[in-house]
Amino acid sequence: MSETTAQIQANYMALVNRRRLYGGLTLLVFILLMATGFNIADARNAGGFWEGLHRIGDYPADVLSEAWEKRADLPGLLLKYFPALIETINIAAVSTLIGALSGLVLSLLATRGLARWPRLIPLFRRILDIMRAIPEIVIALMLIFILGGGPVPAMIAIAIHTAGALGKMFSEVAENADLKPVDGLKSTGANWSQQMLLGVIPQVAPNYLSYTLLRFEINIRASAILGFVGAGGIGYELRNSMAWGPGRFDEAAAIFILLFGTIVFFDQLSSRYRNRLTEGAHQ
Amino acid sequence: MLKVERLTKRFGEKIAVNKATFSAKKPSMIGIIGRSGAGKSTLLRMMNRLADASKGSITFKGEDITALKGAKRRAWQSRCAMIFQQFNLVPRMDVVSNVLHGTLNRRSTFATMFNLFPQSDIHQAIEILDRLGIAEQAPKRAEALSGGQQQRVAIARALMQDPDIILADEPIASLDPMNAQIVMEALRRIHDEDGRTVICNLHTLDTARRYCDRVIGMRDGKIVFDGTPSQLTTGAARDIYGAGADFSEAATSTEIETLERPDTKTKVPA
Repeated sequence: MSETTAQIQANYMALVNRRRLYGGLTLLVFILLMATGFNIADARNAGGFWEGLHRIGDYPADVLSEAWEKRADLPGLLLKYFPALIETINIAAVSTLIGALSGLVLSLLATRGLARWPRLIPLFRRILDIMRAIPEIVIALMLIFILGGGPVPAMIAIAIHTAGALGKMFSEVAENADLKPVDGLKSTGANWSQQMLLGVIPQVAPNYLSYTLLRFEINIRASAILGFVGAGGIGYELRNSMAWGPGRFDEAAAIFILLFGTIVFFDQLSSRYRNRLTEGAHQ
Repeated sequence: MLKVERLTKRFGEKIAVNKATFSAKKPSMIGIIGRSGAGKSTLLRMMNRLADASKGSITFKGEDITALKGAKRRAWQSRCAMIFQQFNLVPRMDVVSNVLHGTLNRRSTFATMFNLFPQSDIHQAIEILDRLGIAEQAPKRAEALSGGQQQRVAIARALMQDPDIILADEPIASLDPMNAQIVMEALRRIHDEDGRTVICNLHTLDTARRYCDRVIGMRDGKIVFDGTPSQLTTGAARDIYGAGADFSEAATSTEIETLERPDTKTKVPA
């Protein structure tokens, strides 16, 4: 029994009207939540959003005007804080490397179809969840309390978070990997590590590297922030110069310039390499 | 009406289409044949303005198409519908929505975002689907349909544009012979009943012969043949495909009947 065109039209219109009703209701709920949520947040704010809004540019203006007055010192300051910047980048690089390697192992152990011990997949997944869930700054503060200030606690804190975050992404990539090469290697009597090393890694390497480079960029920012809590590097210097208030704003400006330049530099560098990895080098 | 003059497309060193020139005075059904890589697709993409021409011009009813920009270019694209080999539908959306995409040039982004198509358009879309014999599929997702059905949805999207010209880029290359016939007959009917110009890239000779009033042959980016199907002799076909004496029409056929045709000169080894 086939329907007539008129029936099909009527049925489809009913479907469309139902969809529109649901869509409209969702939109209404969204707008209501946004509006009421904003009011609650504003009421709980210490200063008040609207009273503070026009002063939002005051601090940057102070920094800029003072930096401009003392612009002659700027090259010297850039040179002075350059070693601190290197320390920050080093923290990021080491933690990315360690985090990516442990993330790689954990991800393979947590992927369905690839795991060495399939029953332990939930365990490894939870481990990854925990590593991601605890903020870097909390781990760093704990470790600074135990180990004392310096770059090592920051490095460990960022590496833990990186392993959790990358492990999750790696595992999603590995889930889509083709299992035929793994079966082929298994049939020759290869052990699990050999199967992973030769059957899976070559397939997923471009994606993994691309995610790792992205993570490196994020970690530079993270390592600068951890400097604020005493983990060394450029963040520490930035906090000092900002906490002093007017008088050392030229130093703050120099550090901002260094940070901005570094992030732009590594962003460009990594996006270039990521493009090459995903699209292949141009002949 | 339609005039293509010395149309050329370069990709770096490579010339994909080389000074293609042809014109059509009245709406007709034109088949373009040639090997893969002969420049057929590039020619159609330039006519739709999906690709820009390197040189030369396309004129339609006195308007220079190659010079159009921005909104005017998009308006031309809505008058010049395109059908693709791989259908190019939005797989996760239902069939009627896919057909309604034919009206996007007349709709604002806001209306599109909230899926606000007028009821008259929705009814028209289902009528077009009915005309192509797939109205029952209206509420299904496009990806749930067979290849032949998906291509008919693509044709419905093209008809929804109410175009002057329909360009079809290898519309039957991914279909089995049965569905290929349904799709080609639908395109022919659109030309016969609506008087729209249909330009169709085909890689099989007999399809071009059977459904088109005029055949254009391309080889290495150049137009090497332009005439009626009856003028398309085996010799001319060998020229287009750059094939030797062993070339027979059955070799490129997708029709079921040709396989059983008694006059094909296949040598049976002794």
